Amino acid sequence: MKYLSEYRNFEATKKILDEIHNITTREWNIMEICGGQTHGLVKNGILDLLPEKVRMIHGPGCPVCVTPLNLIDKAIELLEQGVIVCSFGDMIRVPGSKKSLLEAKAVGGDLRILYSPIEAVSIANKNPDKEVVFFAVGFETTAPANALSVLHAEKEGVSNYSILASHVLVPPAMEAILADELCTIDAFLGAGHVCTIMGVQEYYPLVSTYKIPIIVTGFEPLDLVQGIYMAVKQLEEGTCKLENQYARVVKEHGNKAAIDVIQQVFEIGNREWRGIGEIPNSGYIIKKAYKKYDAEVKFNIEHIKVPENSECIAGEILRGIKKPNQCDQFGKTCKPANPLGAPMVSSEGACAAYYHFSTNLID
Amino acid sequence: MNIENIDFETINLGHGSGGELTRDLLDKIIFKTFSNPFLDQKHDGSIVKFNGEIAISTDSFVITPIFFKGGNIGELAVHGTVNDVAMCGAIPKYLSLAFIIEEGLKVKEFIEIVHSIKKAADESGVLIITGDTKVVERGKGDKIFINTTGFGEVHPKANISVHRIKEGDKILVNGFIAQHGMAIMSEREGLQFESTIESDSTNLNFLVKDLLDEFGNKIKLFRDPTRGGLGTVLHEIANDISKGVFLKEVNIPLEKQVAAACEMLGLDPMYVANEGVFLVVVDPSIENEVLQLMKNHNKGKNAALVGEITSEHPNKVVMESLIGGKRIVSPLVGEQLPRIC
Repeated sequence: MKYLSEYRNFEATKKILDEIHNITTREWNIMEICGGQTHGLVKNGILDLLPEKVRMIHGPGCPVCVTPLNLIDKAIELLEQGVIVCSFGDMIRVPGSKKSLLEAKAVGGDLRILYSPIEAVSIANKNPDKEVVFFAVGFETTAPANALSVLHAEKEGVSNYSILASHVLVPPAMEAILADELCTIDAFLGAGHVCTIMGVQEYYPLVSTYKIPIIVTGFEPLDLVQGIYMAVKQLEEGTCKLENQYARVVKEHGNKAAIDVIQQVFEIGNREWRGIGEIPNSGYIIKKAYKKYDAEVKFNIEHIKVPENSECIAGEILRGIKKPNQCDQFGKTCKPANPLGAPMVSSEGACAAYYHFSTNLID
Repeated sequence: MNIENIDFETINLGHGSGGELTRDLLDKIIFKTFSNPFLDQKHDGSIVKFNGEIAISTDSFVITPIFFKGGNIGELAVHGTVNDVAMCGAIPKYLSLAFIIEEGLKVKEFIEIVHSIKKAADESGVLIITGDTKVVERGKGDKIFINTTGFGEVHPKANISVHRIKEGDKILVNGFIAQHGMAIMSEREGLQFESTIESDSTNLNFLVKDLLDEFGNKIKLFRDPTRGGLGTVLHEIANDISKGVFLKEVNIPLEKQVAAACEMLGLDPMYVANEGVFLVVVDPSIENEVLQLMKNHNKGKNAALVGEITSEHPNKVVMESLIGGKRIVSPLVGEQLPRIC
């Protein structure tokens, strides 16, 4: 865990921050894609240490935040049908149309919080008389493990296991943001963990089509300030290319074994994003050969559709159009204990980052 | 204790009936282990004498798993309440001890818990003077719940009150934070990971007494940040006195392995539970002496000065990050949840 100390080093970080101040001559809007990066920026107080001219816009890369309300209601429906629902911890406090998974658990739902979907397969193995569903949300980062759980179930003949999948992809979301006429973003910090799986190849077309620098960036303070420095440097020099700040982890072609597993189980299809709507070819759909592991089909819950909460501006937050503290409900009717939408409760949500850590709240 | 003359392997509903089986359980395990002049009366309660003011604190322990690295629910039930009494600026003297046992608990496990309670009580210098044992049906409890109430004599020099805290007062902690919570986390179902992190569960009353003997009313407040962790307790203090708390992350004592485990699970150590940690708010004139006394005590070897009270940002805890930025430390809402990626 040397990264904890080396990449949080005061002198090294200060040196790069000073460099950013030295080279910045104009106003730049830089979007960090990943919610983990947003939290890193706010939790370490980096936003206040940047030049005023460098504005960070918080991106859509919070898997919990972009999961549509429908999916949460579907998971709750499964709990109410007596299914054992397994989920990543982040998901359980997010409000559905009537209640959250945590509230459904309190009235008797069998909800298990897991770190790994593979464990859900062993729960299915141990409970042969029960149906077990893993709530498989996330970007490309969690897709390999979720796909692997399906392959495990197939291999072990576990027929009482399935997944409620809501996988979304980063490049189509970036394209949707760039294609929006309100877009003011000058450069992106690419999501380091997503690129660890997928590599960086998918981002070259975005760089050349939209003439925008993309810096694949990590999550520690030193990573973040270095990524910002590389972006500002390109912008000031008038160049636009793909650069990899997180090269200690991200390889050009990603993790082949992980990509193979994803491609075995999933294919690319349209996906609905919370607050944004449907984006073409923006997610993973379970392939025909593995449809028996698709909980939506298995339990006939595909029809469940509910409108998003109109008071929550999650869509504008996720597209970087508004900052959390520019929402009228922020910290008033919408708080982590009683959230209107996912960005206030997810550990990668921008609203949660502002609520828990941001010095903006110091009056 | 030898268990040869205990002729039952598991505790059943009959052991809570109040009849012969209950008497068997009490005589062979409880009274035998905790024998003292008060308990030996076998009366409905005990009559005790105190000099001066009395501090009373009660707590219920429902932890799962009941055995974990570095301890079990029994010693936790003693340390937790002994420490709460100590935090009032008092010398803990007596404990009540009540069990709610789910039928089916193995007697061997119960005896191990009772022994831990005895050992922790002896080490803390407290006597168990009254108690209760109930047994509930399977499914109506979670193996064993324990309630303890502690009674202590307020230290003659103590003047503990959050409202005596002033701007400029210093905040110290006695050692590494987040150990207990991470030790428990590492053994919970669904979150298993390899670690040697042990719970820090321990009694803090002797270090508290030494501090009061030496510094008296220059000590303004003791608090033990159990559930909710250091962050939540500091936030409560800031709110109680409408002042700010300023911390430096670099000064927060955090053991490397615990830091790494928190990082892997996506948890903030500022909100992870402690069982052997307390914070003390002191007059700035004695900060160095307090730190020295703590460091010289076996319960305070890793003590550190972590922050101070300020009139800036009232009701808020602000922490300077390792890289010199600032964040607020908000109170914990609900349980900390493991994150997706």
